[in-house]
Amino acid sequence: MANGAPTMSSNEGVAATLAKSLGAAVLDTVEAYDEISFTVDRKKLPAVMEKLRSKHEYQQLVEIAGVDYPDRPERFEVCYHLLSLTKNHRIRVKVTTDEDMPVPTVTHIWEVAGWLEREVFDLYGVLFDGNADLRRILTDYGFQGHPFRKDFPLTGYVEMRYSEEAKRVVYEPVKLAQDFRSFDFMSPWEGADYILPGDEKSEDGDDKGAKS
Amino acid sequence: MADYLDEMDGIADEADPTVGDLEIQNYTINFGPQHPAAHGVLRLVMELDGEVVERVDPHVGLLHRGTEKLIEHKTYLQALPYFDRLDYCSPLAMEYSYVLAIEKLLDIEVPLRGQYLRVLFAELTRICNHMLNIGAHVMDVGAMTPNIWVFEIREQCLAFFERASGARMHSAWFRPGGVHQDVPLKLLTDMADWLDEFPSFFEDAMSLVIDNRIFKQRNVDIATVSKDDAVRWGFSGPMIRGSGIAWDLRKSQPYDVYDRMEFDVPVGTRGDCYDRFMVRVEEVRQSARIMRQCLNEMPDGPVASSDRKVVPPKRGEMKQSMEALIHHFKLYTEGFHVPAGEVYVATESPKGEFGVYLVSDGSNKPYRCKIRPTAFSHLQAMDFMTKGHMLPDATAILGAMDVVFGECDR
Repeated sequence: MANGAPTMSSNEGVAATLAKSLGAAVLDTVEAYDEISFTVDRKKLPAVMEKLRSKHEYQQLVEIAGVDYPDRPERFEVCYHLLSLTKNHRIRVKVTTDEDMPVPTVTHIWEVAGWLEREVFDLYGVLFDGNADLRRILTDYGFQGHPFRKDFPLTGYVEMRYSEEAKRVVYEPVKLAQDFRSFDFMSPWEGADYILPGDEKSEDGDDKGAKS
Repeated sequence: MADYLDEMDGIADEADPTVGDLEIQNYTINFGPQHPAAHGVLRLVMELDGEVVERVDPHVGLLHRGTEKLIEHKTYLQALPYFDRLDYCSPLAMEYSYVLAIEKLLDIEVPLRGQYLRVLFAELTRICNHMLNIGAHVMDVGAMTPNIWVFEIREQCLAFFERASGARMHSAWFRPGGVHQDVPLKLLTDMADWLDEFPSFFEDAMSLVIDNRIFKQRNVDIATVSKDDAVRWGFSGPMIRGSGIAWDLRKSQPYDVYDRMEFDVPVGTRGDCYDRFMVRVEEVRQSARIMRQCLNEMPDGPVASSDRKVVPPKRGEMKQSMEALIHHFKLYTEGFHVPAGEVYVATESPKGEFGVYLVSDGSNKPYRCKIRPTAFSHLQAMDFMTKGHMLPDATAILGAMDVVFGECDR
């Protein structure tokens, strides 16, 4: 391999073996960049994890990462990264969910999942069914909203300062001294889809953007 | 009241000799967030029975800065300095995972000298970090002198960072494709001289604590973690090695030129705080060994990839070449585009497995950059590790855990 990224045991045949063993619970298998990820049925997640841990030697749950894709019907992806100390191998298991559907917890399989699930809940608002301690973890006491969702602004909604009058810390709506700047670096030659002034009047809107 | 008066008069109830204590119940105290032994802003809500800890509820997130969200709004290169500010005690080790993740997505090759330099400075970072942790741990359990001694070594490490990158701590020196600039030869020779000098100084400081009776009383058999527990609680780094599992990502999943390095992986036998401390002490010696090998074997040549779509050209080149000027301008305004995909890259930071889960949508900004901190899983185990120990043991446990909140809270 040309790049210097960490090497581990070969992926050869692993994806097929695991997919066969997990059976119908696996909805999708992707092998890219020397990494294997399975998308599994949300309801069967605990059974899949149990099997991966006890039968396939993926002893450690390293990380649970939430990802938000607002355009998808089930907008959140919850990615579990598993590590096998004996086989020296990593895999990724994903489930998808939305704001209301809870994901079954895996705290009974790995205690470490407790805080990791709390973090995904805090930052994305994904619910975990069976996690006994689903409190916020990283954000402030009494925080509202889920800040890592893509529709949550980078600046947030409230800011905090010490008020000399009230003799305590007060929360106020964010006031920006300068407008929030987000530069658009997409090159118009590389697939940026702009609505140019006047184009919105066209009937079938398919002549948007500059034609080359 | 009658009982109380009896007790005042020295009349003890024979059936229940500690009758006066009946009123005392478990009480809850706050350890931190402003406490010198909390290693930053950790708030521990502790339930105590006398001086014995019954339950610990760590409250983290007081240093949460939304780094991952900020990274989503920056180009790949602009996001790099945020990593220095995660674990500010070992900044280069944080950058390492990130640059490797980008390189994995881009699939670019780093020249050999660049790889050696990165390994060299990653190991210097490890020494630097362990100097702080060893010193702080020793001080948490009551010894003053070794901390001041090892801080001098840490200061020398920081001087090397400054000479390489211009910054003592927040170097931003590792870049996708290599390192930012080559180091002068004098820096490498000075480092070789230092590698001959500092071990004796370090051993001197360690000789004060390693066999010290008080130090052992405070650490041996405190918070023992079995192999099984260490795996289930997601331990990594010196924490999992302290429990007797020889797991080191530099050995098992080598990155860059670690596969050419010869070093030993120290493991503990009992899994207590003393073992974790001793694993770190041995890691310092092994890091020095790796650094010597790097200095001996380091070839000449470029330090960063020559792929001009990722690595900016040098100043001198820009004065002569129009193409170089365009590349420079494009890289520092738009930045480079990274192919769509997702990777999880973990490296052995001084504190354990530090991972970056990078999701790219093909644009010049990361779609999602999840940082896997080491302290998060270690701190979560604080409750079961502290249960049944005395309140002063909590500081020893925290010291042996090596938590830094810039990284834990992100």
